[in-house]
Amino acid sequence: MSDRTDNIHDLDEVRSAFNVERIRRDFPILHQEIYGQPLVYLDNAATMQKPNAVIDAMSHFYATDYANVHRGVHALSQRADAAFQQARKKVQTFINADDWREIVFVRGATEAINLVVRSYGGHHINAGDEILITEMEHHANIVPWQMLCDEVGCVLRVCPINDAGEIDLNTFEQMLNCKTKMVAVAHVSNALGTINPVREIVELAHAHNIPVLLDGAQAVPHTSVDVQALDCDFYVFSGHKLYAPSGIGVLYGKAELLESMPPWQGGGDMIMRVTFEGTQFNRIPYKFEAGTPDIVGVIGLAAAIDYIEAIGLGPIAAHEEALLQAATDALNDIEGVRIIGTAANKSSVLSFVIDGVHPHDIGTIMDKQGIAIRAGHHCAMPVMQHFCVPATARASFAVYNTMEEVAVLASGIHNVIEVFA
Amino acid sequence: MDDLRDLYEEVILDHNRNPRNFNRKAENGNCEAHGFNPLCGDEFTIHMAVEEGVINDVSFTGVGCAISTASASLMTAAVKGKTVAEAEALFASVHELLTDEKGEDVTDKVGKLKVLAGVKEYPMRVKCATLAWHTMHAAMENKESTICTE
Ligand SMILES: Cc1ncc(COP(=O)(O)O)c(C=O)c1O
Repeated sequence: MSDRTDNIHDLDEVRSAFNVERIRRDFPILHQEIYGQPLVYLDNAATMQKPNAVIDAMSHFYATDYANVHRGVHALSQRADAAFQQARKKVQTFINADDWREIVFVRGATEAINLVVRSYGGHHINAGDEILITEMEHHANIVPWQMLCDEVGCVLRVCPINDAGEIDLNTFEQMLNCKTKMVAVAHVSNALGTINPVREIVELAHAHNIPVLLDGAQAVPHTSVDVQALDCDFYVFSGHKLYAPSGIGVLYGKAELLESMPPWQGGGDMIMRVTFEGTQFNRIPYKFEAGTPDIVGVIGLAAAIDYIEAIGLGPIAAHEEALLQAATDALNDIEGVRIIGTAANKSSVLSFVIDGVHPHDIGTIMDKQGIAIRAGHHCAMPVMQHFCVPATARASFAVYNTMEEVAVLASGIHNVIEVFA
Repeated sequence: MDDLRDLYEEVILDHNRNPRNFNRKAENGNCEAHGFNPLCGDEFTIHMAVEEGVINDVSFTGVGCAISTASASLMTAAVKGKTVAEAEALFASVHELLTDEKGEDVTDKVGKLKVLAGVKEYPMRVKCATLAWHTMHAAMENKESTICTE
């Protein structure tokens, strides 16, 4: 019955050859003017817009199948349960996890990291132990570890980046030692666009028997992820950066690790049996999902995955790569513009600064031209410190962006420079 | 694009390019405060020399966007030589100019600072324009702590 939610949009048309104009028609929000100019949405690394396939799947689910999950014998509850479980399997296949029980639904990448810090870290990391991260991490992959360090007396070590925004694997390897108890690294940097050599990182860490958490928030929308091939121990991402709703995210953890970890929150659904003398916890993944989950968020996430898979991550990546290349060339041609983050291996993020113009002013002037970009530290203040800038402007691309929009971005930047000339 | 000129007035661009009372400490300075706007990373220290209720000198150091820099520069030029009470009153008027909270017409009270009026149309930028003022207020009260506009 639950397939009804999956099939309300015919994805066959989406499946046909890549056509950005037809893809744009799937995103209602894109068709509006901002200050009289067509909206050019280039803030995709902050969050992505949603296709009708997602919006409609969610409202359809509310309209026809909605009930709480895991608890009812009635028909709606069974439908909701089936759809929820089907969605979990969809996520499993999407990242090629071995077992659906390795998929834990959380609020987002931030919550997933906090879960690992609290549950795994709280039990396996002690005073004097080390956690190795990189200089390019998002605050979500810094602060929870720092909090653990303050509590238990472990030490946060930071692998430096070079001026292109890359880590050096030799340096990284040298920072691993017998005290290292966790490696936590962004798969793709949100501030720089760097794609980290995560396969090699996992191999190096595993050679020292150290588990690895990969922060995939900026990776899953742009590249196909295979957690078994990566062999990472934990992988986290947020739905809202993947054309899915905000409020839903995923923690992948290897089954034996998740089994060994205590729950981090208590409540309904995460238990087998409760008495006042004690409680027997549920199996994975439910052990980590206390309380009513974001049921419709999960339905939306499944619809987003269907949508992405109908287009194909291959064509999506190729399209975005072309946009990134064109935008990089265009910005390199503008005098006074400096691109921050020039790694050889980059995903669709373009951070830049303009001589004599603060990024916040760039953001406002671009906005006036209908161009939505991000200006700020991108929750990666250490990256800003590395490059000695207070902030950067950042354009980031998604499947629905066009070459015309890249041209608008470039002319928008020319206008910024003109205002400040 | 043309209405951007209301925000990025010539005077604002000029004060951004050549900020007054910038990058030096106040002469015989005796109070200062640090201000930070985490949203965009604007960060200023306001240095002041206040004696018997009179602001003998005021300067600022740090980095910020054009709006916050120009506002800080205009502020230092406007309050130098004024009393603390006059500076506080001016802050209140500038605040009103930027937020229209009371619906009061303050154009006469703010003088040259009326070039900041365009910021009102950009709610996200009001914090930029008020950062230096909040920080000066803290300096005059001689608060040691960092002022944060969030
Ligand atoms: C690399 C990276 N990690 C983690 C996060 C945190 O994601 P969320 O805020 O959805 O939990 C983000 C989002 O900004 C990110 O870009």
